[in-house]
Amino acid sequence: MADTARDAPPEQTDFHELEDGEELFPEPATTQESQPASLAAEDISTNSNGPKQDSLFDDDPEDLFAEATEEVSLDSPERDVLLSDGPSPAITPITPPTSVITPRIGHTHDDMFTHSSFDEIEEEEGGDSFDIHISVSDPEKVGDGMNAYMAYKVTTKTSISLFKRNEFAVKRRFSDFLGLHSKLASKYLHIGYIVPPAPEKSIVGMTKVKVGKEDQSSNEFVEKRRSALERYLMRTVKHPILLKDPDVLQFLESSELPRAVSTQALSSAGLLRMVNKAADAVNKMTIKMNESDAWFEEKQQHFENLDVQLRKLHTSVESLVCHRKELSVNTAQFAKSAAMLGNSEDHTALSRALSQLAEVEEKIDQLHQDQANADFYLFSELLGDYVRLLTAVKGVFDHRMKTWQKWQDSQMLLQKKREAEAKLQFTNKPDKLQQAKDEIKEEIEELEGKVQQGERDFEQISKTIRKEVSRFEKERVKDFKTIIIKYLESLVQTQQQLIKYWEAFLPEAKAIS
Amino acid sequence: MFFNAVSQDPRAVNVDLQTDAMLQVDISDALSERDKVKFTVHTKSTLPNFKQNEFSVVRQHEEFIWLHDSFVENEEYAGYIIPPAPPRPDFDASREKLQKLGEGEGSMTKEEFTKMKQELEAEYLAIFKKTVAMHEVFLCRVAAHPVLRKDLNFHVFLEYNQDLSVRGKNKKEKLEDFFKNVVKSADGVLVAGVKDVDDFFEHEKTFLLEYHNRVKDASAKSDRMIRSHKNAADDINRIFALLSYYPSNSNVGTMFGGFFKQKIEARIAADEDLKLADLLKYYLRESQAAKDLLYRRSRALVDYENANKALDKARAKNRDVLQAETSQQLCCHKFEKISESAKQELIDFKTRRVAAFRKNLVELAELELKHAKGNLQLLQGCLGILKGNT
Repeated sequence: MADTARDAPPEQTDFHELEDGEELFPEPATTQESQPASLAAEDISTNSNGPKQDSLFDDDPEDLFAEATEEVSLDSPERDVLLSDGPSPAITPITPPTSVITPRIGHTHDDMFTHSSFDEIEEEEGGDSFDIHISVSDPEKVGDGMNAYMAYKVTTKTSISLFKRNEFAVKRRFSDFLGLHSKLASKYLHIGYIVPPAPEKSIVGMTKVKVGKEDQSSNEFVEKRRSALERYLMRTVKHPILLKDPDVLQFLESSELPRAVSTQALSSAGLLRMVNKAADAVNKMTIKMNESDAWFEEKQQHFENLDVQLRKLHTSVESLVCHRKELSVNTAQFAKSAAMLGNSEDHTALSRALSQLAEVEEKIDQLHQDQANADFYLFSELLGDYVRLLTAVKGVFDHRMKTWQKWQDSQMLLQKKREAEAKLQFTNKPDKLQQAKDEIKEEIEELEGKVQQGERDFEQISKTIRKEVSRFEKERVKDFKTIIIKYLESLVQTQQQLIKYWEAFLPEAKAIS
Repeated sequence: MFFNAVSQDPRAVNVDLQTDAMLQVDISDALSERDKVKFTVHTKSTLPNFKQNEFSVVRQHEEFIWLHDSFVENEEYAGYIIPPAPPRPDFDASREKLQKLGEGEGSMTKEEFTKMKQELEAEYLAIFKKTVAMHEVFLCRVAAHPVLRKDLNFHVFLEYNQDLSVRGKNKKEKLEDFFKNVVKSADGVLVAGVKDVDDFFEHEKTFLLEYHNRVKDASAKSDRMIRSHKNAADDINRIFALLSYYPSNSNVGTMFGGFFKQKIEARIAADEDLKLADLLKYYLRESQAAKDLLYRRSRALVDYENANKALDKARAKNRDVLQAETSQQLCCHKFEKISESAKQELIDFKTRRVAAFRKNLVELAELELKHAKGNLQLLQGCLGILKGNT
């Protein structure tokens, strides 16, 4: 959507309560995507309130054991893991430093874990279980013409003590969501958190809605967007750190939100973003990192493969949705044609059978339509989400490389300064010497500090990424499994209906004499 | 490419109860060469005309067309529905795809290439089977017809084991045909306007006209529907192929792989094609042949009426009366002969049509059920494993 209004003062958007009768767009009954969030007993600490470097991670020790996965060897890249966890030494162990908890033997990663466990202080928050459910509903067009926008109602139901109430709702527009993501990304991405990406803008889609075309395709667009926004929010709050972020809380709770102007594609912030992206891409190509940890290399490869597979699958599913819609249209047309044929057939029994055939085909057409919708909403959208999520994951790995680069740069600079200092010893200008020596000493001290900080940053981001990746993989496997089960169930239903229809038709066909 | 055609069609069995002679024709083999198909026509007969009781010859598509056209042009057969000629074997699309695949061989993995090649070969085989079936049906219809089966050209076609030296029509002849058709349809319109005294034929005219148009529409729409179905089936196949990489639980992976191998959706589309689309296509051609019969009869009627008028005029002027009388008698005779056989032909047409539709619709429903049940089983098996595998 393109907020083309560029007037300077961010308008206070008037959200008025939607009365039932005012719904402009009928809300479809499906809320299949919003699964009740239920991460097994993950505790949330109230202390981490932002991207502190030594933020406290909370893991229920019981969970660790339950989740520890077996290492799966990658035989060949194509056989890679669409639906399984892939190689993932599980999660950072938290217990006493001396014992290594992970059940696998003979993996070098374990060393990283044992040594890092010294740093971790686990805090357990008593009481709260992870229970929050967000729904996005009641899309309502506000305003007219090109300044119009869709307002969505965001309802939160939760028992988490973070929130002031158990159930509350606010009105938000698309740019608000983008603004939220932008803030979260700038705070968390560079230290290794996988921030779920927001749904994509669509200038074409939004323009149609603004212009007021209330046809099938703009209804579908609004529904697609509503569903995507809901999934986005659910993913965001499922992340234990992001959930506690004040921007997220404000987004969910406060009735008025300052307008996020910088999310406009053509704004200066937008242009800056694009330039930065390009610069990043170039930099990435030139960084050659000494990977001392094979885990990261493996994981990156794993995600590359996963990305390729998901994209292939996504393309196929999109193609299927398209073809099924075509099939539905053509089946309906055939049904009409068969009915006409039945009318003109002068043998009574055959005529009746042909009319019945026409009816069966009509019903099948409806089945195809419903199936196409399931294909799309259950399957295709999920795949699209994950393709975008993987970009965020890859981004996080890239940030780690950048952090490493920064550290290395500081180190090199320090080295140079030290050499310069050594050279200074042998010059023969005593008056300038002391001053220069002091200067260099200062610089060296500063740089030493930077190097230490760089190393700490690098270790921290590495640790964060490990956690994030394992969490991501867990979620991914769960997500996919749930969705595939739902999808297969919808297919089962279709087949059962088909059997019913054809079984009803068969005696009619046999009755022709 | 060798292929052994199987005569599935009961139309292949013909027993002539009147002359107590059997004539059974089928296509026992077929060979696809670069740009032509060679059909092995196999005949079993107790008719005395043939030198042997069982023999085979090799025929090409052009020779079938020659046979068909010879029936159409034979005035003696004006009162019969001439079985429609089989359509030309068309492997162009399939060959093109195979060629493209060959060109693109370098750009895909060996697995993908083998898979695609298998798919395309299966497609080629399916088209091949169809064209064999359609040529066979034509021969069987001729062999089943009480009059046409005795045709001399037909016997030559069946028995003469050399090339019939029937060349395809050259450009000039094709142009002539084109003009003939134009004239015929214009004439057809004129002739159709002539009201028939006979209720039966009047009804048949109206019926056939409408029926033919509707079958044409239904045939086109069913083709489109089935093509979409094939496209969707291809997608589903690709999806299951990708999903069958599910190593953390090899059972599920095998399940998905099973879907992929069985290609149930593709089979459904293929069966719909066979039972529904082909049926409609065939009756499109048959109803056209029936229309042609009615046209010939109407033409004869018009000629008869014109001859009557000419006779009256001749009698009035008292000139060339004998000539006019002969001409009138000929036209009368021709018209009555056509009318007599046409009535029976049209009744037979209806019987055949009803039987064919019944057979195909029943088989279609049975196949759809079979596939849906198969699909259901696979899906439920898969769900069981997925759900049980927490």
